Amino acid sequence: MSLIKVIGNKAMAALAVIFTLFSSTAVFAQEAAAIAKPVDMEPVYRSTIFYVLLFLLACLFIAIVGKALKVYELTRETQGKSEGINWDLINAVLFVIFLIVGLYGVYFEYTVHGKMILPEAASEHGKKIDQMFEITLILTTIVFIATHIVMFVFTYIYRYNKARKAYYYPHNNMIERIWTIVPALVLTVLVLMGFLTWRSIFHKVEDPNNKPLSVEVTSSQFQWDIRYPGKDGIVGKKNYKLVTSTNNLGIDFNDRDSQDDLVADEIVLPVNKAVRFTLTSKDVIHSFYMPQFRVQLNTVPGMPTQFEFTPTITTDEMKAKTGDPNFHYVLLCSKICGTNHFNMQKVVRIVSEKEYEEWLTNQKPYLTDDLRKAFNLPVTAPAKPADSTATASVKPSAENQLALKK
Amino acid sequence: MSTISTHDTHHDDHGHHHETFLTKYVFSQDHKMIAKQFLITGIIMAVIAMILSILFRIQLAWPDHNFPLLEQLLGKWAEGGRIRPDFYLALVTIHGTIMVFFVLTAGLSGTFSNLLIPLQVGARDMASPFLNMLSYWFFFAACVIMMSSFFIQTGPAAAGWTVYPPLSAVPKAIPGSGLGMTLWLISMILFVASSLMGGINYVSTILNMRTKGMDFWKMPLTIWAFFLTAVLGILSFPVLVAGVVLLIFDRSVGTSFYLSDMVFGTQIMPNEGGSPILWQHLFWFLGHPEVYIVIMPAMGLSSEIIAVNSRKPIFGYHAMVYSLIGITVLSLIVWGHHMFVTGMNPFLGGVFMITTLIIAVPSAVKTFNWLATLWKGNIRFTPGMLFAIGMVSFFISGGLTGIWLGNATLDINLHDTYFVVAHFHLVMGSAAIFGMLAGVYHWFPKMFGRLMDSKLAYLHFWVTFVCTYLVFFPLHFLGLDGVPRRYYAFTEFEFMHKWMTVNKLVTWSAIVAGLAQVAFLFNFFYSIFRGKRAPQNPWESNTLEWTTPVERIHGNWPGEIPTVHRWPYDYSKPGSESDFIPQTVPFSETMSSNLFHDFEGNTEAEQIQREWNAKNDPSKNNE
Repeated sequence: MSLIKVIGNKAMAALAVIFTLFSSTAVFAQEAAAIAKPVDMEPVYRSTIFYVLLFLLACLFIAIVGKALKVYELTRETQGKSEGINWDLINAVLFVIFLIVGLYGVYFEYTVHGKMILPEAASEHGKKIDQMFEITLILTTIVFIATHIVMFVFTYIYRYNKARKAYYYPHNNMIERIWTIVPALVLTVLVLMGFLTWRSIFHKVEDPNNKPLSVEVTSSQFQWDIRYPGKDGIVGKKNYKLVTSTNNLGIDFNDRDSQDDLVADEIVLPVNKAVRFTLTSKDVIHSFYMPQFRVQLNTVPGMPTQFEFTPTITTDEMKAKTGDPNFHYVLLCSKICGTNHFNMQKVVRIVSEKEYEEWLTNQKPYLTDDLRKAFNLPVTAPAKPADSTATASVKPSAENQLALKK
Repeated sequence: MSTISTHDTHHDDHGHHHETFLTKYVFSQDHKMIAKQFLITGIIMAVIAMILSILFRIQLAWPDHNFPLLEQLLGKWAEGGRIRPDFYLALVTIHGTIMVFFVLTAGLSGTFSNLLIPLQVGARDMASPFLNMLSYWFFFAACVIMMSSFFIQTGPAAAGWTVYPPLSAVPKAIPGSGLGMTLWLISMILFVASSLMGGINYVSTILNMRTKGMDFWKMPLTIWAFFLTAVLGILSFPVLVAGVVLLIFDRSVGTSFYLSDMVFGTQIMPNEGGSPILWQHLFWFLGHPEVYIVIMPAMGLSSEIIAVNSRKPIFGYHAMVYSLIGITVLSLIVWGHHMFVTGMNPFLGGVFMITTLIIAVPSAVKTFNWLATLWKGNIRFTPGMLFAIGMVSFFISGGLTGIWLGNATLDINLHDTYFVVAHFHLVMGSAAIFGMLAGVYHWFPKMFGRLMDSKLAYLHFWVTFVCTYLVFFPLHFLGLDGVPRRYYAFTEFEFMHKWMTVNKLVTWSAIVAGLAQVAFLFNFFYSIFRGKRAPQNPWESNTLEWTTPVERIHGNWPGEIPTVHRWPYDYSKPGSESDFIPQTVPFSETMSSNLFHDFEGNTEAEQIQREWNAKNDPSKNNE
């Protein structure tokens, strides 16, 4: 019994020492703060040794706590009490705390970070995707929350108890059947919906009277080149073997369809009109990703791919909807493609039909006089657009570039 | 069983071999030593991969800061204290490769298949101990070659762990695709050879060397999981080798299997007629089964640990086995869900969506069965049990987002974003790592004859568990905002700026989780030498490995190999005095707890039981 007394006294003494140390340093700190000017701690925070020492201090602290626990358990043993600390209880309680804090964390994430995600889909098919998204979100959230509650409540209720014996319950075919069939049914619904939506996105029946606008995109390390069709509405042929320093995309200008194709340094699309992107790549695989439209498709060298969709919200409308005057649609690369993968972007603008027509007339053709010579074509260039409009066409894109850099 | 008895005598003759240091610790052919070699190599690789991940997390959280220390550590890769973009991609690539292949395939399967298969089926050793040794050394060589790529001029492979050509095929595309990529490919071939040798060994041992009485339906779920994992590996890994060999040809011989229509700058490449999509098919034909190769052993280990520590039979043993079989079969026909937006024929996308979502059913069954095992249990929170529960939690959290990504329609917008990163780090990364750690804590006494300190283990578990969620849960929302993965910095797009604080939180959590592993490492290595000595059966478990002596002798059992009489999950059986009945106990010794169901239609045994019941406990005959 005297042992306990000694330990008790020691513990008291230690506590007293710690307390006095703590209070005296606190007093010192206060005094120091009162007298000296605030010291610039920046270099200290930046030095590695500071963090190493912090970590070692933490280790020391853990070691001390560990030893203290050991001493406590040993004293319990010497006292003849069988159990030291009931770690089963502690862990079970920790799981419950984890559950409660975790549920709050999930609520926080859904409400705070959930608000920071993409705005509503700005395309026709995107609305369907968002619908599927919501259904899947609700279903999975229910299962996620329910299974975690069940699990951590079970671990608390059925934590170890010497006096109790577990319930021998090896199987129950009925229950097992239920939880095979119910998920199967739910998944069947999801599969069917997903399958039909997927088909509606990728199997478009073409209406000959209302052809989609064709735009060709060529990706290369680390830029997007956009080619609009000219008046004929057809983007002409190209061949990678024709690439030269002047003919960057390898456009085949012997193809009549190519001759009026237009260069564009941004993607401008009329609202509520279907557009079909033909995606090609010059070097490695990139991915044509426009998150606000729920559009993504890889660009593969040697294999043109196509994505057709209809934008439904203009940039200006979206600015109003999101309440963000700087909002703009973006095209980015989402397939690892090299060192500048993280900065491969293009501004996308959705405008009214009228604005689009206006913008289009200001775009220059790919076919320059130099290229005409190279392809042995007559150098009778069509009348160039007036200078004033040419500068006007450059202006908005320059603004957009500025916006990006911000 | 004649094969077993000849095997016995064979080993009795060899029992007193003189073993040198070299044959015992280095070129060992003893499955237990090889398991330890796999484990320790796996742990070292895991620490390396973890440090790599913290390096690139630092870059993501503070893209505008200079850290002079980084320059001291990494030299030219971090000039001015800032990681270079190409080195960032190399870090991401090697982190992924090491974690998926070297840690979660070799470190997990290699360790526990080697350790537990002979011990739990009742065999003296693996079917081919020499092949087993070779398997480890091929793996070791693969690790060394992979790490050596950090010490070459152009740096390690940097095309992502999936190494899609043309990026991985053309050195002009990224510096890492030079010698670094060659080393990656060589390392991968050695690795596949290693895992094939291991896999063939596991399968043949399980099929041929089970002890008397150990029929398939008496095998613990761990063995089922290892068996199906090995089968899956044997079926899918060769396809990766085929793909890798073709990639080597494209890179070094000038063929065009994967390459066509490429221009770099104005230089027109001569390759023509190949398809980059072909690589993706070949890669994911392994790549998708691979994630089940990673998770199934973790499932097996967790099932066993949960049953032992709940003191209850695993709920729905047969359903657990059938769901494992279902996962194995289905996993071979779902690879296309990695390719929904690669330009693959959209019809195929629809088909792969169906098969992918079907695989959620066996996964759901497994989850519910684990929960049902906890119900009315008597749960001991041993360190192994904590990690097994953590594994189930991660499997649920990460598995549910699989339903999103498996849906081709949703994948259009989620593909290659942080949502994918969050998904697979939870469901296959964290869940498998937790399954592995659960296994390490649980079977540590079998490996080293000592116990690990449980208090440090609790600390390790709680910090890691909480921090892992803090790291990966917020990342889902970055993905939902359309932030692509493998971005060097989130500075160039305005809409990504709002995630900077979240990135800092994630990085700090990753650092804390990383530091928490120090508790594990200290505990692990300290306990090997100084841990508390373990009793023979520390967790009061039923399986065969706990009938071997603590000294871990060559040949596993000093005398005859024990005979198995019952399934491994007779925990808390009513009528039995102790709450566990090892597999080696015959029914004749447990008359008071036998159920008619136990005799599997053996009428003679049923008759004996009926007579015994009539004498001692007449009420039981009414069933």
